[in-house]
Amino acid sequence: MSEETPGRLHHGLRARILELRVTLWTLIVPPTVWAVHFLFCYLWVAISCAKMGGFPRFPTAFVAGTAAAIAVILASGVIAWVQARRPGDPPPHDQSTDTDRTRFLAVATLLLAALSAVGVAFTAAPALMLTDCR
Amino acid sequence: MSLHAQDDPQLRAAQEERLRATWKPPQGLFLRWTDTNNNRVGVWYTLTAFGFMLFAGVLALIMRTQLAVPDNDLVSANGFNQLFTLHGSMMMFLFAVPMFEAVSIILLPQLLGARDLPFPRLSAFGYWSFLIGGVFVSGSIFFNAAPDGGWFMYPPFTTRTDLSGLGADIWMLGLSFIEVSSVAAAVELIVGVLKCRPPGMRLNLMPLYAWYILVVAVMILFAFPPLIAGDILFELERLLGWSFFDPAKGGDPILWQHLFWIFGHPEVYIVFLPSIALFAMIVPTFARRHLLGYPWIVLAAVGTAFLSFGLWVHHMFTTGLPKISLAFFSAASEAVAIPTGIQIFAFIATLWAGRVVWSVPLLYAVGSIAIFVIGGLTGVMVAIAPFDWQAHDTYFVVAHLHYVLIGGTLIPLFGGLYYYWPLITGKKLSDRIGRTAFWFLFAGANLTFFPMHFSGLMGMPRRVFTYPSELGVDGFNLASTIGAYVFAAGVLLVCIDLALSPRRAKAERNPWAAGTLEWLAHPDDEDWGIRSVPLIESRYPIWDQKDFVRKVDEGRFFLPDAEEGRRETIVTTVLDARPLQVLRLGGPSWKPMATAVALGSVFILTTYHLYWWSLVGAVATLAMVLWWLWSGTAEIPEKDEKPIGHGMTLPLYLSGPSASGWWAMFITMMADATAFSGLVFGYFFFWTRHEDFPPSGVGMDGPGAFWPMVALGVSLASWAATVAAREVHARGGVSAARALLAAGALLSLAAVGAGLAGPWTTGLEPKLHVYPAIVWTLAIWTSAHSGVGAICQLYALARSLAGRTTPRHDADVRNITVYHHFLAITAIVTYLTIGLFPGLA
Repeated sequence: MSEETPGRLHHGLRARILELRVTLWTLIVPPTVWAVHFLFCYLWVAISCAKMGGFPRFPTAFVAGTAAAIAVILASGVIAWVQARRPGDPPPHDQSTDTDRTRFLAVATLLLAALSAVGVAFTAAPALMLTDCR
Repeated sequence: MSLHAQDDPQLRAAQEERLRATWKPPQGLFLRWTDTNNNRVGVWYTLTAFGFMLFAGVLALIMRTQLAVPDNDLVSANGFNQLFTLHGSMMMFLFAVPMFEAVSIILLPQLLGARDLPFPRLSAFGYWSFLIGGVFVSGSIFFNAAPDGGWFMYPPFTTRTDLSGLGADIWMLGLSFIEVSSVAAAVELIVGVLKCRPPGMRLNLMPLYAWYILVVAVMILFAFPPLIAGDILFELERLLGWSFFDPAKGGDPILWQHLFWIFGHPEVYIVFLPSIALFAMIVPTFARRHLLGYPWIVLAAVGTAFLSFGLWVHHMFTTGLPKISLAFFSAASEAVAIPTGIQIFAFIATLWAGRVVWSVPLLYAVGSIAIFVIGGLTGVMVAIAPFDWQAHDTYFVVAHLHYVLIGGTLIPLFGGLYYYWPLITGKKLSDRIGRTAFWFLFAGANLTFFPMHFSGLMGMPRRVFTYPSELGVDGFNLASTIGAYVFAAGVLLVCIDLALSPRRAKAERNPWAAGTLEWLAHPDDEDWGIRSVPLIESRYPIWDQKDFVRKVDEGRFFLPDAEEGRRETIVTTVLDARPLQVLRLGGPSWKPMATAVALGSVFILTTYHLYWWSLVGAVATLAMVLWWLWSGTAEIPEKDEKPIGHGMTLPLYLSGPSASGWWAMFITMMADATAFSGLVFGYFFFWTRHEDFPPSGVGMDGPGAFWPMVALGVSLASWAATVAAREVHARGGVSAARALLAAGALLSLAAVGAGLAGPWTTGLEPKLHVYPAIVWTLAIWTSAHSGVGAICQLYALARSLAGRTTPRHDADVRNITVYHHFLAITAIVTYLTIGLFPGLA
């Protein structure tokens, strides 16, 4: 699929990451995680307020869900970081080559991961400060 | 290049003659309207949407005239209600969204170096649906029957037939019809961007306009269907008396607000992003350099699209939802400012780094950013819940939304008009009139809407037909009215400029010296789209690739001929645009128009409660769709493959996930699944709203677990038969596949019966309470889909029997299998929910 030479690469995680396929689907992993986390928080509050009349201050499911979301976004960001630095082809990386296409998708994924991490933090913040259903 | 076949001028002339004959538009008073070529359909679409914009603008002028002075009596309260409802509804549904679709239908094939979009007849169908539905909705005001519940049609005023007349039905059914055409356009544009790019145009070289259109079209798939689900519930309540929004019967008007705004907020970005997309084309041209931060723009488009689905409750901050819920949406509303800001900074940076050529389109672009930013800043204000509680439903919100929409949609479109007019007509518009019009528009918009911030903060509610002098907002309102006329004068100047255009001389080719593909268009344009499909190596091929224009013109790239007299374009892979297929396109046909008329009759006749006639219309629609598919799709070509030049040969037939038809089915079903999830959301929404859900009592105990489980079993068996049919068929087992399809159809029909048997045998009474109503709705939705599933299976069977589907040419079987995957998911969710959830709850 790609033309890069693994000359500078060592065996291990970095090499394995560089072999991962980058597609339009991997591009939307970080924002999809944000969306799932957002929906989860919204439904969790709506259901616990309607059916239980309140929710606890640091509910396990909420903390675990947020941690999981951040973890996936982080992983996606790290993969994109490594992929965006794959060797081959000179800058400015806007040629019609496999490497440049992969780099572009990786950079866009990395940026989306940053935005999604901010988004998840924004969503989680209210639950730290508001503690009732009024 | 010296020994190239295309060096022969006689060969080139012969090719051009064949292409010209193949793409010749139909002639004649009626037949000319059967054309499906994107350059014609797109222009009709654009002009119609522009006409609706002018109409809705006149409605706004009447409103502003009424509000010029206190206690005015130019129009009645009722008339005013119709005016603002129709103004908002038309601007959103008949102008902003269709305009982006229309412009994209014109531009996208040019930007992608394609001869046309993959489904030209679908575009034509969308256009005719839009025209019929639009005339139906907007014409209602001449009969004093226009909708009057505000463009978001909140129940209970709109669902109670004693409080709102025919207008509410016209809104619901007329605009539902237009939503169908929007989903059709979304299918067309997504498949167009993903599969019809020229060879070499990998994802990283795609024009940013195409990125934005891809994102926006995907947003339509997830935004419009919840509204369609809401429309269904709404009309079931209005026409049949089923209760969904009436609290007396367990309903809740808030559900409508959820479903409307899950559509309504992404909608704002659906109309904003395509205009920003025009900037992404205009700015680099006049900065004379590549756009800075290409991946950042893609981040902004994709990020905005996602975040925009987490904002809807900020329209509902005053409905009494838990504060913490409001906080989630407030947070997302603030977060969306990040990607929005990024794209604006990318444009500013590009202008900064470039050598700017000051031009009329750029003036519009820059001016609209200024207006948009003001709207964006007040948006950040109203996204903060406590501020919104003060400003909600006042003129402050009117000011905010108009700044956003005028700065983010309307003025960019005028800029796009000045920029792309030479592309479409071969003539430039007047720079002088354009500049003058711009300053009228710019001054008018600010004079109209800036004072509204103050009148709103001083307590003037929106949607009042008059106000007392004691409120102290006379001066602000008079200023707004004067501003509205100044703005209208600007629009008038643009119209005059357009009207003068036919008298002007043709401009030179590529008059702005732009670098992107669409400017290959020649002032004396041919109907074939592009002379030869180029190999792309840069984001700005006209600037960067040597002899690019000449090579395209001399047919030195791919597909320079139409040997068989068929309209064709190249299908490529999603990521890297490697050539896959020569796709034969649908030519002129009256079937799309007739199908739109038939489908329109279903919606329009239902509005007037002529149910039997609308059933006739529905049968006619089904018949037309089947005939259209049978006669125009998945045609087995006369040969397997054809050469496209440069020694490349491509197949003429594809099936499965690499084919455009498969993608169209997949995308359509995504929209269908989203609408379904809106209904399921309704079920669980009501569960959270009630202590005892499902309730007990006569007419409310059901549907039991037995029939739903039978229906589920039968549905899954039908799905298994379909998948098995596909697999056996691909291995040559034609008879076995036919038997499986026939068995699958019988099972699907059995699923229809079993699905309805649950609520039927337990006597669920939908008029009694929301629980039986929502159970019936889910059961009918799923059963109807099983019915369509049976039609799909029988269609594939008939195609096989007629020899139009063979193991090598099996697109029909593969495409209906996609339908059945989605049907299986629908059945699982529905029958588990209505059958087993009552036991859990």
